[in-house]
Amino acid sequence: MKPAPFAYERPRDLNAALSMLAAGNGSAKIIAGGQSLGPMLNLRLVQPELIIDISGLVELKRAEISGGELVLGALVTHADIEDGRTADVTRGAMRGVATNIAYRAVRNRGTIGGSLSHADPAADWISALAALGARVTLRSLAGARSMAVEAFVVGALESALHASEIVEAVHVPMRAASAHWGYAKSCRKTGEFAHAIGAVLIDPAAASARVVIGAIDTTPIVITDAAELFGGRIAADYKQRFDVRVADALLAKAGIDDAAQRHIHISVLKRAVLEAGA
Amino acid sequence: MKEGAELRNEREFPSGKSGQGVGARLPRKEDDRLMRGRGLYVGDVRLAGLQDVAFVRSPLAHARIRGIHVPERYRDRVFTAADLVGIKPIRAVSGLPGFKISEQPVLATGKVRQVGELVAMCLAPTRAEAEDIAASVTLDLEELPAITDMLKAREPGSALVHEHWGDNVFLETNYEVDISAALDAPIKVTREISTARQCMSPLEGRGVVATFDSRLDQLTLHSAAQMPHITRSGLAECLGMEESQIRVISPDVGGGFGHKGILLPEEVCLSWLTMRCGHPVRWLEDRREHLVASSNCREHHYRITVYADRDGSLRGIDCEATVDSGAYSSYPFSACLEAAQVASILPGPYKMPAYRCRTFSVATNKCPILPYRGVARTGVCFALELMLDLVAAEAGLEPGEVRLRNLVRPEQMPFDNITKKHFDSGDYPEAMRRALAAIDIDAIRTRQKQGTPDGRRIGVGVSIYCEQAAHGTSVYSGWGIPMVPGHEQASARLTPDGGLELRVGVHSHGQGMETTLAQVAHEILGVDVANIRIILGDTAMTPYSTGTWGSRSMVMAGGAVATASRELGERARRIGAKLLQHDPASVVLQNGEVRGVNGSVSLKAIAHTWYRRPQDLPADVDPGGLEVTQGYKPVRDSGTFSYAAHAAVVAVDPDLGEVEILDYVIVEDGGVLVNPLVVDGQIYGGLAQGIGTALYEEMPFDASGQPLATTLADYLLPGPTEVPAARLDHMETPSPYTQFGVKGIGEGGAIAPPAAIANAVNDALRPLGVELMQSPITPHRIVAAVLAARATERSAA
Repeated sequence: MKPAPFAYERPRDLNAALSMLAAGNGSAKIIAGGQSLGPMLNLRLVQPELIIDISGLVELKRAEISGGELVLGALVTHADIEDGRTADVTRGAMRGVATNIAYRAVRNRGTIGGSLSHADPAADWISALAALGARVTLRSLAGARSMAVEAFVVGALESALHASEIVEAVHVPMRAASAHWGYAKSCRKTGEFAHAIGAVLIDPAAASARVVIGAIDTTPIVITDAAELFGGRIAADYKQRFDVRVADALLAKAGIDDAAQRHIHISVLKRAVLEAGA
Repeated sequence: MKEGAELRNEREFPSGKSGQGVGARLPRKEDDRLMRGRGLYVGDVRLAGLQDVAFVRSPLAHARIRGIHVPERYRDRVFTAADLVGIKPIRAVSGLPGFKISEQPVLATGKVRQVGELVAMCLAPTRAEAEDIAASVTLDLEELPAITDMLKAREPGSALVHEHWGDNVFLETNYEVDISAALDAPIKVTREISTARQCMSPLEGRGVVATFDSRLDQLTLHSAAQMPHITRSGLAECLGMEESQIRVISPDVGGGFGHKGILLPEEVCLSWLTMRCGHPVRWLEDRREHLVASSNCREHHYRITVYADRDGSLRGIDCEATVDSGAYSSYPFSACLEAAQVASILPGPYKMPAYRCRTFSVATNKCPILPYRGVARTGVCFALELMLDLVAAEAGLEPGEVRLRNLVRPEQMPFDNITKKHFDSGDYPEAMRRALAAIDIDAIRTRQKQGTPDGRRIGVGVSIYCEQAAHGTSVYSGWGIPMVPGHEQASARLTPDGGLELRVGVHSHGQGMETTLAQVAHEILGVDVANIRIILGDTAMTPYSTGTWGSRSMVMAGGAVATASRELGERARRIGAKLLQHDPASVVLQNGEVRGVNGSVSLKAIAHTWYRRPQDLPADVDPGGLEVTQGYKPVRDSGTFSYAAHAAVVAVDPDLGEVEILDYVIVEDGGVLVNPLVVDGQIYGGLAQGIGTALYEEMPFDASGQPLATTLADYLLPGPTEVPAARLDHMETPSPYTQFGVKGIGEGGAIAPPAAIANAVNDALRPLGVELMQSPITPHRIVAAVLAARATERSAA
């Protein structure tokens, strides 16, 4: 379990990194915390010619509130969020998610941008951030573009990143005072990848709900207008109105044929709904 | 326990109150080294000129090899079976009638029969470069139908792993004691039960560093091995060398569990390679190799019927057991040990008048199956104890009641059971009663009636086993496998400064034997444990032994150390008597001194005289001196029987399938414990592995024979958060047959947990009509069973 040979660069600034990425023309890989890429290299599942280590790029380590939203640089680690070293606009929602990602050793090195770029369906951020309505900024030498997290993740281990782009930042909108947040997952054991994730951001006052069913074999199911899951309307009694049949149909439509798997996903989502709070 | 009292007196003689002898909770001496990162494992061995090996392994489970294509530039770096002229395949034959022989070529010839089978060996200055070379080698394989289901493999017309056999059965056995007597029993329960294929997963994998010394004409193999002398015998056979030309050194070993008990094709390959290349070579098993290519364990299937009376009394067991033995018979245990053991131990610690068991050891296109901690007992305990809970449910009794009704009672000891196992001593019902009391079965029943606010269901489960350990010649000669344990030997030597060196052929890979064997010697000789050095893991420095397996080391090597120490003590006593100018009959050895009425002389002074001032010795001194080798067997070598009752309380979420272990109790009797602290550690470790079997560990295969859990992200091992703080209770019934009354204890912790936990889960879910008869009990299996039960209920309604 040793990686195939590769070249290694550790650029000093973002532009240098982007130039290397562009020059690599698809044969280069970005490494940040290395918590997913490291094992994949060792297993020779990826065999890039060049590894670009961006861990020295200070411009990707910023975390600030700007224009009413939180902007987290791609290199912010799970532990930064867990420990409260970054500002927060989610009233603890992100901190709660970060705290339960894998093990502390993984959280110390793993980054939010890396987790999104890797696009593992079982990872926490792609589900949690989609539920929170976050967007990502992607940058290449040609410039930047921005998209919703749910649009960014296009398949299992597949993102919208072009070969010359990296995730620069995550933009998390302010969570409304009236919005309830619920997040639940089921893991075979502590620190393991989840086999079911449910994330809900429900605002009874605004009659809106975002619901995510994650850790399925492909992209999370993201329902931005989730009224159908609650009998057609979002109101204060949404917990009683949660309709498992609708969730079951969504999962069946997503290609999950196994009834027990669907049942586990629904039960986890139900837990997220029942535990949701302001 | 009347005989206990006698033996306790023996324990107290002669070390008295030193706090270091048999029974002392001494911290492990070796931990000073191991816990500070100062151990030396195979991966730490550094030899000048060392190069690394990576193997080209079969990507297919079953295929004919049409060609192996090596790039021209690597021709002198890659070796295949064609290069290994004169090297014999590994053959582990059993003498049991009907056993079919498999030959495992060390590099594949003709066919590959499992994913990961060695095809070519690639040599480079580093492992990464060796893997680059391996990646450049291409194989031309003609894929054959893979045999992955042991039950289908038994059917006529199945594809064949070894064509010349005509079927896929290594061995079929039949054992019967008048099953017809049971057939009219009012309770008859029949089920299919299975346990998943597992990987043993020691922290340290296998590893080999081989080098050849042309001056000594000697091959030295550093290998993470439990049984270095057996490895040497196997190597000599495959390589066509004399045993004296081979030295096997097994340095610190990070867990064995059986995985390090077999001769590896890699060991043979690297031995050949170092002699061919003239420099040291190394191969270290990586985790993926361990998971997909090495040795698996535990895969059993039972079709079992239990007959009982209405009061829960067992009338008989009728069973057909199948073990997936994998592609090859492993050296030295063979492919049939597991299944044949099933037949002999399925009755467990219970009395019954009728019994029949038919077993099949089946070849498939998977890794060879190896005896893992507990060997067949874990599967057997799982099958039998799950069945007893069903009997209890049928009879309307508490599961504990059914056990108590059928367990062999203390007044019946020693007891020969229905398969002629000779239970040496113990109070099995007392262990069960204590476990039931400690888990507070009544409180749990009350709690179950109340329900839980979170919707989880509470369940309680028990299991009990007895474990034959340290069984010797009389048992193993019947198997006819390449290894039969005889007298275990130990050498004891007083050093000129009064220290003690002990040489034993067993090995320690976490068992703490550098401490416990020293305690045994201290018990006899009174030498400070700090001044006793245990030498093990090197064929050049230790007496021959079959090594460490079968929970045998404390009984066998401990007995040998005691015997050798006694002889050494006797020689020292006679010299001491001369130095004291006493009649030998009037002096005793006590607390490290020879004492007479008028004075005493220390072992240290005696040693100094023997080695440094021989002019002071009497003319008629024993010329054998202060170094002795003695062999030892217990009074009976049919094995000690340690036993334990386990009880678990779980909370099960029927919608998520999550299981939490709320409480866990173990009441264990390992005879007299040389070091209870070490025993506790053994039990905790075994429990962790048992929890892995119960809830987590499984190596699945797809229909083409591809192993699917190729990393530890897929092959789940329990971690600290999955292992509860179990409560231990020790009973101490001495074995009448061993030194100090010790019993083998090493494997026990891993035997009972799957049964206790499965019974607890089933107890929790039984009101829902759910029954799980397969390990591991995963969330998916629980939820699928819950949904199936709900569907049945709906269709009935």
